[in-house]
Amino acid sequence: MAAPKKGRSASAHSKPWRSLALILIAIAALTGGMFATGDTTPRLGIDLAGGTSITLKAVNEPGKPNAINKANMNTAVGIIERRVNGLGVSEAEVQTQGNENIVVNIPRGTNEKQARDQVGTTAKLFFRPVISGQPAPAQTSASPSSSPSTSSGTDSGKSAAPSVSTTSSASPSSGSASPSPSETKQGRPLSGGLLAADDKASSSPSPSTGGSSSPSPSTTAPAPSGTDASAGLEAQLAALDCSTPEARAAASEKARAAKETDSIVACDPRAQQKYALGPVAVKGERIKSADAVFDTQAAQGWIVQMDFDGTGAKQFASVTGELAAKAPPQNQFAIVLDGEIASAPSLSGAITGGSAQITGGFTEQTARDLANMLSYGALPLSFQEQSVTTVTAALGGEQLHAGLIAGAIGLALVIIYLVTYYRGLSFIAIFSLLVSAILTYVIMSLLGPAIGFALNLPAVCGAIVAIGITADSFIVYFERIRDEIREGRTLRPAVERAWPRARRTILVSDFVSFLAAAVLFIVTVGKVQGFAFTLGLTTVLDVVVVFFFTKPLMTILARRKFFADGHKWSGLDPKSLGAKPPLRRTRRPAGPVAGPAETKEA
Amino acid sequence: MSKLGSIGARLHRGEISYDFIGHRKIWYGVSILITITAILGLAVRGLNMGIDFEGGAVFVTPKTSASVAQAEGYARDAAGHEVVVQKLGTGGLRIQIAGMDTAQSDEVKRELAQDLKLDPEKINADLVGPSWGEQIAKKAWQGLAIFMILVVIYLAIAFEWRMAVAALVALIHDITITAGIYALVGFEVTPGTVIGLLTILGYSLYDTVVVFDSLKEQTKDITKQTRFTYSEIANRSINGTLVRSINTTVVALLPVAGLLFIGGGFLGAGTLNDISLSLFVGLAAGAYSSIFIATPLVADLKEREPQLKALRKRVLAKRAQAAAAEETAGARGGAGEPEGATPAVVGPRNQPTSRGRGRGRPSGKRP
Repeated sequence: MAAPKKGRSASAHSKPWRSLALILIAIAALTGGMFATGDTTPRLGIDLAGGTSITLKAVNEPGKPNAINKANMNTAVGIIERRVNGLGVSEAEVQTQGNENIVVNIPRGTNEKQARDQVGTTAKLFFRPVISGQPAPAQTSASPSSSPSTSSGTDSGKSAAPSVSTTSSASPSSGSASPSPSETKQGRPLSGGLLAADDKASSSPSPSTGGSSSPSPSTTAPAPSGTDASAGLEAQLAALDCSTPEARAAASEKARAAKETDSIVACDPRAQQKYALGPVAVKGERIKSADAVFDTQAAQGWIVQMDFDGTGAKQFASVTGELAAKAPPQNQFAIVLDGEIASAPSLSGAITGGSAQITGGFTEQTARDLANMLSYGALPLSFQEQSVTTVTAALGGEQLHAGLIAGAIGLALVIIYLVTYYRGLSFIAIFSLLVSAILTYVIMSLLGPAIGFALNLPAVCGAIVAIGITADSFIVYFERIRDEIREGRTLRPAVERAWPRARRTILVSDFVSFLAAAVLFIVTVGKVQGFAFTLGLTTVLDVVVVFFFTKPLMTILARRKFFADGHKWSGLDPKSLGAKPPLRRTRRPAGPVAGPAETKEA
Repeated sequence: MSKLGSIGARLHRGEISYDFIGHRKIWYGVSILITITAILGLAVRGLNMGIDFEGGAVFVTPKTSASVAQAEGYARDAAGHEVVVQKLGTGGLRIQIAGMDTAQSDEVKRELAQDLKLDPEKINADLVGPSWGEQIAKKAWQGLAIFMILVVIYLAIAFEWRMAVAALVALIHDITITAGIYALVGFEVTPGTVIGLLTILGYSLYDTVVVFDSLKEQTKDITKQTRFTYSEIANRSINGTLVRSINTTVVALLPVAGLLFIGGGFLGAGTLNDISLSLFVGLAAGAYSSIFIATPLVADLKEREPQLKALRKRVLAKRAQAAAAEETAGARGGAGEPEGATPAVVGPRNQPTSRGRGRGRPSGKRP
């Protein structure tokens, strides 16, 4: 028992410089990393930076229990993210929290009301038949009105039109699909029947044909079904602005508000098209599942496969049968999510059997995106607003200020206490606290971009509370050393002998503290989580600092005369500690300090 | 401070020593009394749940010239029922309206802004639906339960089940007291309070674990000696770690006090204040319970073990013998003092036990 302990402490004793160098290098590396990434301050939470934070709770739609699961929540996060960022907010973040909450943080400078409207509503997915389409280039490609003339007419069918097929026809369609590879990346044949449409599409690739014609009126507008209403719709379509995210957000908001039986106009930002769409043909809830699949059989690359339920299959069959007979672009239908077109595939035949594939020019990512969106149609969730917090920048700054002052006061008080009680030893404690503080700060800064950690008020609180926990580790160790000195040892052996025991105590108690933080972090929601995270982080750092900094520093300083000789101000003066003379006596002689013993403790 | 230091030193050497175990009945009594008061307080007065739990809205305005009474009037008109308005250190107002859903509160906010002649964008709003607090509370209870189970398992493995039980009792004791104080004083319970309360868990145990660690170390070879009973050694452990306990508590309380001061004085009410208030109360209770409750409880439980019962008998028999011998030798008495046991415990403890164990140096001449 004695031997191994000796061995261990001896080895620790022999290379204190190495540990010190290690931790200093680690600090330097982390700090370097911090400056390299350019995030030199921790990201601030809404309550410190100002902004709006909205907490939503997922609620099962009636009749669909057990819909709250990870996949559905993640899809919902994706949807909300799109919406919020559609507002032109740059740094909005949307995260799940716990099992059934979604937190939306929107930095200041955004209209709170608008943000809440965007966030609160449920996304709906619909299949609508296309009545007519127009190119609608996004601003990136050109100014909105100048529409770089993606050839008028049929082009709409082209760039935007993927195609749909029944699953069964998938392999045959591959042959037919071959024309489509030539077409643009965006074109997605909704297979089977797609070829027809697609052929057409590919035949008119000419990107810059028609020049001019900014509003490029009614593309394919043969508009056979040109009913009276359609005129108004065409006008709307022409007026529809899909050029900027803000404009698109407004457009989709309007489209979202429309009744299912109404015709709408909507943007398809991916294909840079806009369409006038007929009433809802099939509702998104009818999709049983949707997946992105890599089609090896027919060598079509990434495709999106979807399955409808019974009613959905029937509806889909009838609508596709009807549409397939029409001329482009009316042989297309649009998948409208949340007022925005996710995809507008064309088809050439009825798709029966409840299974369909969308093929053509997908990358893995785009296929997955579309499959996710389709899944959302089957997402039986709606959301309830749980809490909305709006903090003005002024108050946020004030709270941050207050937190910092509180931290400074706390730290100062602790340092004063340590200095008065431990004197010279407190030098070690203060340096260790400093190292701990630097590490905490740097890691928090790095965690901002890395895992989206944001410093909020409870987290600041956790850090302040952690001052106590960190300082306590030093107290445990110092008290152990003093114990050894009281027993008559000189400093250097005392330091080494005290360490194994102090180490165990520190580990055991830090473990409990870490356990508390971990449980809180995993189980709880909201503000509690931020607090738990900081507490856990600082507890881990405490162990690191004590092992790699405090102990080696203590070992090194124990060699200095000032400490080793127990200078009056070193905090290790054997006399004032009441050490026994270095001998082993059974009876304790009267204590060396037999002064007036106030018994004021307890 | 040097005085402090020397008191600490004397505490260590046992010159100042309090018989925690011997007086445990008193402290149990005190604790039971406090706990009953706390429970009564909880039952009778109940907790003053904040709007986070009830649903409602809190608006914080920037500096404004409107008085509290004026604002109260405005808010009452806007909301249609009772409101609470506080003046903040910043010159702003904190207006709290309970029992409103989030949609309704938008309206209220607009009206308030109009009445107070402020830009609605400059008003901080915290709107909470009634089920949010429920969720927070539910999760907190869940966390509490899971944590307690894990900690009991951990302590049972790292130490032993008796210590786990004692730690758990101490923990429940701390939480009850903190909650009771909240009920009695009528502080508002917010998510911040819950955070504070949950942190106490970790902290209270942290403290207890340190005492237990020393206890475990000192009682390792307890059955191989006949000088001290378990309780006496336990008492010595407490006294031995007392300096550390005091230091730890002070050091933990200092930053919290800083928070409380800033949170309360500067910001009025808010998260900082809520967390630090419950922490402050809980930390104090935690330090108290690990010394006065947890360890004596372990001693009580331990003394029931047949082995240790036998040890106790042996120790007492030996002491009686020694006393008798002394008496026959006509030595000075002094054994009858109430504190008689304490010096016996404390005096020679440094030499035999710690040394014997630490270095494996046999305690030698000791019989």
